[in-house]
Amino acid sequence: MARSENSRPAWLRIAPLILYRFASSLLTLFLVSAVVFTISGLLPGDAAQELLGQSATPEQIAALRHEMGLDRSAPVRYFDWLTSIVTGDPGVSYVANMPVRDIIAQRLPNTLVLAGITAVISVILALVIGIVSAINRGGKIDRVLNIVTLSLVATPEFLVATLGVLIFSVKLLWLPSISLAPDEASWTETLRSLALPVLSLTFVVVAQMARMTRAAVVDQLERPYVEMARLKGVPFRRIVLFHVMPNAIGPVVNAMALSLSYLMGGALIVETIFNYPGLASLMVNAVTSRDMPLLQSCAMIFCGVYLAMMLVADVIAILANPRLRA
Amino acid sequence: MTGRIFAALRTLPASGRIGLALVILWLLIAALGPVIAPHSPGAFVDESVFSGMSRELWLGTDYLGRDVLSRLLWGARYTVFLALGAAMLAVVTGTSLALVAAIRGGWIDEVLSRSMDTLTSIPSKIFALVLVAAFGSSLVLLLVIMAVIYVPGNFRIARALAVNLISLDFVQVARARGEGTAYIAWREILPNMIHPLMADMGLRFVFVVLLLSGLSFLGLGVQPPLADLGSLVRENISGLSEGASAIIVPAIAIATLTVGANLLIDALKPGARS
Repeated sequence: MARSENSRPAWLRIAPLILYRFASSLLTLFLVSAVVFTISGLLPGDAAQELLGQSATPEQIAALRHEMGLDRSAPVRYFDWLTSIVTGDPGVSYVANMPVRDIIAQRLPNTLVLAGITAVISVILALVIGIVSAINRGGKIDRVLNIVTLSLVATPEFLVATLGVLIFSVKLLWLPSISLAPDEASWTETLRSLALPVLSLTFVVVAQMARMTRAAVVDQLERPYVEMARLKGVPFRRIVLFHVMPNAIGPVVNAMALSLSYLMGGALIVETIFNYPGLASLMVNAVTSRDMPLLQSCAMIFCGVYLAMMLVADVIAILANPRLRA
Repeated sequence: MTGRIFAALRTLPASGRIGLALVILWLLIAALGPVIAPHSPGAFVDESVFSGMSRELWLGTDYLGRDVLSRLLWGARYTVFLALGAAMLAVVTGTSLALVAAIRGGWIDEVLSRSMDTLTSIPSKIFALVLVAAFGSSLVLLLVIMAVIYVPGNFRIARALAVNLISLDFVQVARARGEGTAYIAWREILPNMIHPLMADMGLRFVFVVLLLSGLSFLGLGVQPPLADLGSLVRENISGLSEGASAIIVPAIAIATLTVGANLLIDALKPGARS
């Protein structure tokens, strides 16, 4: 019995696990969409009334309600809404009077650029900080880094951002404090205007990531095989790079995917403070103007990305599990 | 009791003592701020806006020429008390649901756990934006919204703690005696998970302060004429290019509160004391 289990190729044992995890993410996303629609679509009262204002006649309101489909039952409205989101055409923005799809298509690439650059920089920084503190665990460097990351985790994003503006663009005059839309500026200008938003977001993300990396590496360093390698006289640098890291890579990448989800909350603040034309600042504007179709689409994109990152983290954990791989 | 508190203080590392001092300072400011504030928060005290620190106006003036120190002393109470209230409400609700789920088990546990898992799959700030857009942001609504957002996280932790306790002998004995859900939850399980729950409440407090200030900074939290610490940062944002203290001081104030609380919680963790 055990033998026949082992003779199956590895991917046959891993594939069902990943498929199961994928299906469960899809189910969660479906449930999340129901929550988002219930809160933003069904509960807040009458959108038609609100759009027309107090002076509208009951007939006008009834006509608009019919036009917007508000006179149908809640489940029907939900599935219509879900279909429109899934097919990528979630209707027209109340405020801008433009298809939501076009508005988002304009903004999404900007946020992806910001998040992408931040992710690359913070992953590298977090690896260095995490490994250095894990190697020196209990020592002076570790304790200092612990206090620093612990404080950074609890620092509001706008403090980091305002201090960044104050130091680099007000006092030192190195960088612009307002970012430009990429198509209006040259390459170097774009990069310079991205510097402060990226710096602020990196601070937000890197602390959590470094703490989780440290935990994953420490967990490996305390295993018996490290003791064994030390007793055999393997140089410590070699132990860390060739013995510990290959084993820690699964948990470390898992930790990074989890902490990258902090990017979304950070982006809301950072994009607003720097006037960055991204998806997060678009969503904030949608809340202010109560533009529900736009808000719902932005919320679903963020929730989808978040769930995708959790999925990636779990799949990597599955793939990195040596008991399944062998 | 006081003896135990002093004993705990003596073993607290330096970072924990700093954290404790900051937390106590902010609780005092929140409670007494309006009494010790030199001016009323709405009073125009100076002709010049965004003036720097001076002997008369310690922290300078804001974008309308109001006293930054007084506005800070008044604003702290919204941040601190809303966050305390929301954190407590979240922990009481989350833990009660978790106890019911863990003790009753079966489909109740299944439904509760699954719904909480769904809610934790919505990033907290995104969830907050959707809720504020739908319901608005009066003080009571903000408190409830932030409690709702942090219930699922507390539920997960409390349920995991309770499930571990339930398998222990003393709970099994109480069950065999025929005690009901409420008795088992209140007398057998809750007393044994109170410490990790308090630590979790501290963490939720930090999360709520950050979320609330973030919302107010975006103009979606505490609404004028009331102002919490996040609103103070927002309303003075135009002073950033001249490096006005009116924007930096409230931002630093929030950080001292959250960092202080975080350092204290970390120092109180079992095993953190050496």
